[in-house]
Amino acid sequence: MKIHEYQAKEILRRFGVPTPRGEMVTTPLEARAAAERLGTKVVVVKAQIHAGGRGKGGGVKLAKSPAEAGELAAKMLGMTLVTPQTGPGGRVVKRLLIEEGLDIKRELYLSVLVDRAVAAPVLMASAAGGVEIEEVARTNPAAILRETVSPAAGFQAYLARKIAFGLGLPGESVSHAAAFLQSLYRAFIETDASLAEINPLVLTGEGKLVALDAKMNFDDNALYRHKDIAVLRDLDEEEPLEVEASNFKLNYIKLDGTVGCMVNGAGLAMATMDIIKLADGSPANFLDVGGGASAEQVKNAFKILISDRSVRGVYINIFGGILRCDVLATGVVAAARELKIKVPIVIRMEGTNVEQGKEILSSSGLDFSIAMDMNDGAQKIVALAATASGKTR
Amino acid sequence: MSILVNDKTKLLVQGITGREGTFHTEQMIEYGTKVAGGVTPGKGGSLHLGVPVFNTVAEAARETGANASVIFVPPPFAADAILEAADAALPLVVCITEGVPVLDMVRVAAVLKDSRTRLIGPNCPGIISPGQCKIGIMPGRIHKAGQVGVVSRSGTLTYEAVDQLTRLGIGQSTCIGIGGDPIIGTSFLDAIRLFHEDPDTRAIILIGEIGGNAEQQASEYIHAHVKKPVVGFIAGQTAPPGRRMGHAGAIISGGSGTAKEKYEAMSAAGIHCVQSPADIGATLAAAIGK
Repeated sequence: MKIHEYQAKEILRRFGVPTPRGEMVTTPLEARAAAERLGTKVVVVKAQIHAGGRGKGGGVKLAKSPAEAGELAAKMLGMTLVTPQTGPGGRVVKRLLIEEGLDIKRELYLSVLVDRAVAAPVLMASAAGGVEIEEVARTNPAAILRETVSPAAGFQAYLARKIAFGLGLPGESVSHAAAFLQSLYRAFIETDASLAEINPLVLTGEGKLVALDAKMNFDDNALYRHKDIAVLRDLDEEEPLEVEASNFKLNYIKLDGTVGCMVNGAGLAMATMDIIKLADGSPANFLDVGGGASAEQVKNAFKILISDRSVRGVYINIFGGILRCDVLATGVVAAARELKIKVPIVIRMEGTNVEQGKEILSSSGLDFSIAMDMNDGAQKIVALAATASGKTR
Repeated sequence: MSILVNDKTKLLVQGITGREGTFHTEQMIEYGTKVAGGVTPGKGGSLHLGVPVFNTVAEAARETGANASVIFVPPPFAADAILEAADAALPLVVCITEGVPVLDMVRVAAVLKDSRTRLIGPNCPGIISPGQCKIGIMPGRIHKAGQVGVVSRSGTLTYEAVDQLTRLGIGQSTCIGIGGDPIIGTSFLDAIRLFHEDPDTRAIILIGEIGGNAEQQASEYIHAHVKKPVVGFIAGQTAPPGRRMGHAGAIISGGSGTAKEKYEAMSAAGIHCVQSPADIGATLAAAIGK
């Protein structure tokens, strides 16, 4: 799960990570008042959306007076911010962070994440701050320091010193940096974060380290034990269909094709998207209805798929195994009838009682095509979806 | 004719009295797996599905002589269940549970590194040596005893591949679902090494997906050591970057972990690469000259 920058900074402050003083606002009036309260010569007005690269899209501006902060806020609130990470559609700005301006001497990079290859948390740091770390990794991998943390020993002070000296920080800043790193690491572990990224981390004129920007992502599987973080989810930042699907506990990701897919199991769902592409079609989504594919979930999945106006056909690919195909077929027929589904449907299913299942589908009088296998199904649905594209829905 | 599990495997079921535990224990017994006992804290001393239930894994292992366990407990308790099985010195633990927090697995992995216990999973369908022993949730009937080793990060996609093999009359030595999470007990590399060393496995199918670089690591090992034919497929060729495709580990992040780079690594290692998931069985058949 992602959260906003201002929320990440609130969490980090709780763990003792220094951040600039600032306030989240939703109106120009509030922006002006916040700038007044901060009282610094310069304040920064930062659009709060769940995507990076905001500066490039005009989502980060400096204001030299509270009045200017108010004016910038008036322009920024409600605008659609397009950044390299939002995609061409961009995101509507609904919240701003008003922060004090700082005297910046150096910009650095710092992050904590779990390295799956070594099954342990790793700290990454670089003297090249303010640029995307992927870019640094590509152009100058030697500029990235990596320190793996032993899960048993935890984050020891020597690791912090190693990173601080490695970044070339002045001696008098090193103990401060060590405290910063340990606080950040503690915030990462205690909130079950999947990423804590400070980019840039700045060294101020006074020799202090401050998290000028902050990004935190969290492990969805651990949210059950962090209710305070779970409530920070901002549904405005998510694709509406994906939000609806998540309410049904369906794993759904919207893509930009025309063939809706309903599959049980994540690997098979990805493979189904791939085979649609190989058949010269384009998948409209990833959708995993779960290993069991119950009648209720099939109906919910149909609801989501047909809400996507670009869907011209639906491919149901269920490898049941233990699942009974007659039960599945009954569920599919009921759902298709109840929801009055107009687009062509191709079904490929395997499992117990597969013949009975096919009989239920073909005698239903509904527009189902039954596939012999996964490939046959992909060919059929791509052809049908192409024909359906010619007609209006 | 198998790795890790065979007809000598005696299984404990952790979480045997739960809904999932009950259903799949019945299925495993029906398949012929020797289920020696179950563990549900507080229900020790009772019988469930005709199998004795114990309060702790240590007691169950001592009383039954079990040498493996399978875990069907909810995600918040899964790490604890794995560690309890390792503490009881069981050589093999299969964790089916989906949704285990990553940092729980970080701690588990650190403990297992110095233990004799091998973990398969979590978030996996389990392991089966057809005709001998099925540990997990896969449909037994689609499998057939034989000489092809199958290793995969997925559940239903593995069934798809196995079904293709069986329909072509090609049996399997052992099929392992290693799980779709970022941190798992047994990696592709581990499984490939075991298949490589197993004299009764003649060919291997590797079914990977986007995210991480476990497939690349396995490819390097295959290139250096494995003479048996290997067929590889990667799911997620059409997956967009930055999005988690169902499995917690299936994500292209920072431009790495793409299907393309995995295919390149497999191809460079001499693996028979399959572009379509419908062609896995046929490609294997061709590779072994059948």
